[in-house]
Amino acid sequence: MEHYLSLFVKAVFIENLALSFFLGMCTFLAVSKKVTTSFGLGVAVIFVLGVAVPVNNIVYHAVLAPGALEWLGFPEADLSFLKFLTFIGVIAALVQILEMTLDKFFPALYNALGIFLPLITVNCAIFGAVAFMVERNYNLTESVVFGIGSGVGWALAIVLLAGLREKMKYADIPDGLRGLGITFITVGLMGFGFLSFSGISL
Amino acid sequence: MANAKEMKEVLFGPVFANNPIALQVLGICSALAVTSSLKNALIMSLALTVVTAFSSLFISLIRNHIPSSVRIIVQMTIIASLVIVVDQTLQAFVYATAKELTVFVGLIITNCIVMGRAEAYAMKSPPLMSFLDGIGNGLGYSVVLLTIGFVRELFGAGALFGVEILPLVSDGGWYQPMGLLIMPFSSFFLVGFFIWVLRTYKKDQIEAKA
Repeated sequence: MEHYLSLFVKAVFIENLALSFFLGMCTFLAVSKKVTTSFGLGVAVIFVLGVAVPVNNIVYHAVLAPGALEWLGFPEADLSFLKFLTFIGVIAALVQILEMTLDKFFPALYNALGIFLPLITVNCAIFGAVAFMVERNYNLTESVVFGIGSGVGWALAIVLLAGLREKMKYADIPDGLRGLGITFITVGLMGFGFLSFSGISL
Repeated sequence: MANAKEMKEVLFGPVFANNPIALQVLGICSALAVTSSLKNALIMSLALTVVTAFSSLFISLIRNHIPSSVRIIVQMTIIASLVIVVDQTLQAFVYATAKELTVFVGLIITNCIVMGRAEAYAMKSPPLMSFLDGIGNGLGYSVVLLTIGFVRELFGAGALFGVEILPLVSDGGWYQPMGLLIMPFSSFFLVGFFIWVLRTYKKDQIEAKA
C-alpha cells in the first residue's frame, strides 16, 4: 500500500507531467485562460489517463512485449517496435468510446466535458504517460495509480496556472511579452516552485 | 504550378514571420525538455523536420481520397509510421542520443506542429508545396530549439556540442556555470524572452490588450 501511495505522490508533485516533463503544453497554454474551463479539462484528463494507461499496459503485455505472443504459438515474436502506432490507436479509440458512453449514460458529465474530450487524443500528456509506463515497466496496479496520479498532477498545474492568469489580467505587461510570452515565464516560475518537491525522498 | 516567389514564401515564412512555436503556440510539448544540450536539440529538430515534411507530402498526395470523417485517424497513422521509421533509424545510428531523448521521439506523433500542418495546409494544397511547408515549419521549430539549446549548453555547461568553450571553475578554469540553465524549466524563461525579442522586432505580432 505504501508503495502505491508514494508512487501517487511522486506522480502528482515530484514528477508532475506538465511542470517537470512539459507534457500537454499546447493545451496547457491554450486552455488556461479561465479557471472553470481549465478545471473541466483537468477532470477530463484525469479520466482519460486513468483509463488509457492501464489499458495500454494490458495491450503491451499481452501483444507487443517481446515473447508476449507465446499463447498464439509465436514465442520469438517481438512487436515492440509497433508500440507508438498501437498506443496512439488505442488512445484515439478509447477517447471515442468514452465520448459515446458518456453521451449515452452520463449526459450531464458529457455536456460538462464535451468539447475537451476530442482534444485529448492529441494531448501529449496522455501519450507521454503511456510511454513512461512502458519505459518504467509498471505492472497493472501501478499503472492505474500512475495514470490517475499524473492526471491529478496535470489538472492541478493547469488550474493553478489559470488562477494566476486570471489575476494577471490587471497587470501592466510590456507590449512584446503580453499574452504568450508572460505565460511562458509564469510557467517557468511555477516549475521553479515545483522543483522544491524534488527534495522529498520517498 | 506555384512560382518561385510563392515557394520561397512557404519555405521561409514560418521561420520568423509565422513561427510555429512563438506565434502559433504549437509543438512546445517536446521542444523544452530536449534542449539541455545543442546536440540533442539538433537531432530532435532534424527528426521533427523530416517527419513534418514527409507526413505533409504523403497526406497531400492522398488528400482527395481521404473521407473527412476519418481523416484524423488516417493522418495519425501516417505520422505514427514515419515516427517509427525515425525512431528505429536513431536507435540504429545514434543510440546514446536516442536513449537520452527517451520518450520524446515518440512524442513527435502528438506534436501539434505535425498534426497542425497536416490539417491546416497539406489537406488542401498540392504535394510539392505541402512538402516545402513541412520543411519550413520544421525550420521554424529548429530555430527556436537551437537557440535555446545554444544558450543552455553554453552558459549552463560551458560547452557547445560537448566541446569546452568556457573553461569551468571546477576544471581549473574561470567560468562559473549557471546551474539554473541546466534545470528543465529554464527553457520556459528562454522561450518567453525569445518571444519578447521577436515581437519587439516584429511589432505586428504583439497581442491585443485583453
